[in-house]
Amino acid sequence: MVVHLDARRAWEAAAGVPDPEVPCVTVADLGILRDVRLEDGVAVVDVTPTYSGCPATLAIELAIEAAMRDAGYDVRINRVLSPAWTTDWITEEGREKLRAYGIAPPEGSASKLALFGATEVTCPRCGSHRTERISEFGSTACKAQYRCRSCAEPFDYFKCI
Amino acid sequence: MALFDALLELADDHLVLGHRLSEWCGHAPMLEEDLAMPNMALDLIGTARTLYDYAGQVEGNGRSEDDLAYLRGEREYRNCLLVERPNRDFAHTMLRQLYFVAFMHPYWNAAAESSDEVIRGVAGKAVKEMAYHIRHAGEWVIRLGDGTEESARRMADAVDDLHIYTGELFEAGTETDDDVLPNRTALQPAWEATIDHVFGEAGLTRPIIPHPQTGGRTGLHGEDLGHMLMDMQSTHRAHPGATW
Repeated sequence: MVVHLDARRAWEAAAGVPDPEVPCVTVADLGILRDVRLEDGVAVVDVTPTYSGCPATLAIELAIEAAMRDAGYDVRINRVLSPAWTTDWITEEGREKLRAYGIAPPEGSASKLALFGATEVTCPRCGSHRTERISEFGSTACKAQYRCRSCAEPFDYFKCI
Repeated sequence: MALFDALLELADDHLVLGHRLSEWCGHAPMLEEDLAMPNMALDLIGTARTLYDYAGQVEGNGRSEDDLAYLRGEREYRNCLLVERPNRDFAHTMLRQLYFVAFMHPYWNAAAESSDEVIRGVAGKAVKEMAYHIRHAGEWVIRLGDGTEESARRMADAVDDLHIYTGELFEAGTETDDDVLPNRTALQPAWEATIDHVFGEAGLTRPIIPHPQTGGRTGLHGEDLGHMLMDMQSTHRAHPGATW
């Protein structure tokens, strides 16, 4: 049982690390922290990148490594590409935090995405569905730019992939 | 070394097109596009990095992703000619993007079933990104093709200039073991369906070109690639091994 508890503690040490570009959510909220396990006294952390070219990938890995060392672990980061990360892995709590921060969380399920056609996005400020896309690409790779036609607020939408 | 060669073909396509898109950074016609093009460049270069890294492992001579990207000359580059074509105007850039990503989307979709674990991992991510790129480029091709007299003329010019390079996308390329990488030739109908869908709305006609321009896969490139590599590689070559 001691071992089991320690694995839980190791997970928690990594799970609290915030995303460097969207600091309102943690790596666990986003679902990019896949597994933390102890192998011969070393904490092995599986992390999956969000986008192929996400510039935060290395920063996230370094932040997790630092957090694990602070918690007293020898650590090895293992970058896992397959299966590919999907926004379906963002937790309910993570979605709520995004909304409170002013970022609309992904709508629907990534597995049912059509190649063409519009997505209905809800304004994180006023809850209106009368929104329009300004650009498919926003301030980071994972976000698109939208505008609310009810409250006129521009906002980021966390794309569904 | 068939797998090494095939990985280089793929990686070079992504790096060269990614670099071309990054040339727009600070020069785009509007702020949203100034964000969009570097974002797409990041996706492409990120994919290239993983492929170069894997190619280096497959080769087994200790070459890193940087060695492969920065220390090969133009005759050693294996990208198709389409991706090295210069940006010209925004219509050319968006059409070139549509042509490439409309091919890569079905390619990665098929590669997601690869028998190779690394390829499966790259493909699973890239196929989702390509869907966004198709939508972005497709919407611009429609908007410009079906836009003003001037924008329609520019889009038609872009089709005249670039279509001759699309046939190379479907060349067999270096053959690998079965089930590692998809058959390129078999993807032509899917590509044509996407292009026809977009062209139909844009008021454009897909030309039939009996003799496509090819040569990139054997290192026979246009003059423009050399200029691009000079720009891309000069810092690394001037300061070998520099870190910061």
